[in-house]
Amino acid sequence: MTLLTHELKASYAFVERNFNLSRRYWGWELAFLVYSAAGALSISFIGAQFGDSRLLLTLMVGAIFWNYLSVVFSWIAETISVERWEGTLEYTMMAPVHRSTHLLGSVAYAMVFGLVHTAAILLAMIVFFPNLAVGSANPLTVVTFFVLGSFSFVGIAMLAAILPLLYVERGAQMTFVLQSVLLLVSGVYYPIEVLPGWMQVISRLSPATYAIDGVRRGLIDGASVSELIGDVWPLVAMGIVLIPFGLWAFGRAERYAKRTGKLKRVG
Amino acid sequence: MTATLTRESKTLILDPQAILADARPIDRTVPALLVEGVTKRFIVGRAKRPVLAISNVSLRLERGGVVGFLGANGSGKSTLIRLVSGLLTLDEGRVEVFGHDIEREEMTVKRLINRVSVDAAFFKKLSPMENLLFAARLYGMDAGKARGDAIAILERLGIARKRIDRPVEQMSRGMQQKVAIARALLTSPALLLLDEPTTGLDPRSKLDVQTFIEDVRTNHDASIVLTTHDLDEADRLCDRIAVLNDGRVVAEDTPDGLKRLVAERHGQEPTLHNVFMTYTGRSLDDDVEEVEAGEDD
Repeated sequence: MTLLTHELKASYAFVERNFNLSRRYWGWELAFLVYSAAGALSISFIGAQFGDSRLLLTLMVGAIFWNYLSVVFSWIAETISVERWEGTLEYTMMAPVHRSTHLLGSVAYAMVFGLVHTAAILLAMIVFFPNLAVGSANPLTVVTFFVLGSFSFVGIAMLAAILPLLYVERGAQMTFVLQSVLLLVSGVYYPIEVLPGWMQVISRLSPATYAIDGVRRGLIDGASVSELIGDVWPLVAMGIVLIPFGLWAFGRAERYAKRTGKLKRVG
Repeated sequence: MTATLTRESKTLILDPQAILADARPIDRTVPALLVEGVTKRFIVGRAKRPVLAISNVSLRLERGGVVGFLGANGSGKSTLIRLVSGLLTLDEGRVEVFGHDIEREEMTVKRLINRVSVDAAFFKKLSPMENLLFAARLYGMDAGKARGDAIAILERLGIARKRIDRPVEQMSRGMQQKVAIARALLTSPALLLLDEPTTGLDPRSKLDVQTFIEDVRTNHDASIVLTTHDLDEADRLCDRIAVLNDGRVVAEDTPDGLKRLVAERHGQEPTLHNVFMTYTGRSLDDDVEEVEAGEDD
């Protein structure tokens, strides 16, 4: 068996396992889907009450795209915390699998799951708001920013996944705080210009800021990718820098955990 | 791994040639496990106090052998297993598995070993088969073959086929431990690390597991490291026993050799119980009470 085949098979192991986990926890997945759809609809109704279709679309894009990013972020960031919770972390770390393979499997499942989850919410939106003014939308721009946003977010999620390695008891809570801060500063439901100056600086470091802005302008204004180059290059740069950096940092964190005995099951 | 379950004998036949043919870089002339001068410290507490968990431990396990570690709780048995597993880094010394250095040839060593720990850790909502297939894929096994092998091993361990697709959380502690053993065996480890595999099992389950370990050793050509608090188990399964105390090997010999030692040097009955008491300074009853107290906390 070639090394590549072995690694791809091992990557698929994580996809299959996560799919099995989703299947076995279907009740929770359904509850989370209903909660997410209800949240997205609630926010959209705020726009609807003003009779402003632009505001409605702005809020809707924020709700849908943030749902996608947060699902992707959660699945990747919880790669370690879930295994720590179940007590299987040491067995996975003992397996002859490169960490990049491990994370690739988690990322692949996260993206597929995120797309399915988001499609279900989109469907709910279409049912409740059948007359959306999206006639001038530029689908290529929307898809481009979906893809770029996904990859740039992967790097941050990998860095977040390190926290449960380093902090046995509070790591999972710390990833949740990080996700909340990203929601706050990324202009998901409002323009970042309304934030205090220091928060606007932080918002520039979040890939979600550029991805959501790109999707919004592509969908509402029909802007082309070339018109949004100011949003494209930060996403590309973040993807190129953050994914390798995330992998490197994960390796360092794993080494630290092995040196200090933090892979051991606790509780 | 080639696993065949014959209905008549209920003997699981694991073909060592098939195991070794899997591009395994095993040199038959080198020891299965070589531990030389291994030391491990942990920094604990707010005062950052270094605690010596393993101190200058050396041992050699020949291919096909079974070495047992006896020692009180906190003596370093599980730490030593984790060091050999690559789950902890070495502060000093070196460890080789079939001649492969665990730090320089990490992936090669990972393919050669597997471990069963005292707590049967699984994705509890997943079935035994789903857990086992996940492990098999990580070790590069073909899923179809892994499924067949998993059924054979689980049935040999007394887990009925109808239980294989139900969530692990619905199984008893003993059955979960058997699934953990099956998971380790499924990947055909040349070196099997068993960290108190029968602790907490009822007598029948314990006997099943011990018999299976003997089968694995005989038919699977596996070398085994075993930690246990069950002295009869150590006597039955181990070729050699190392007694650990405060992270140090304080005695090492065959079970009979250790018994002779306490009889000749200390004038005691030649039993492993007396070996344990003599070299760890405590009785097993103290140890069990400590575990129970810890569980109550």
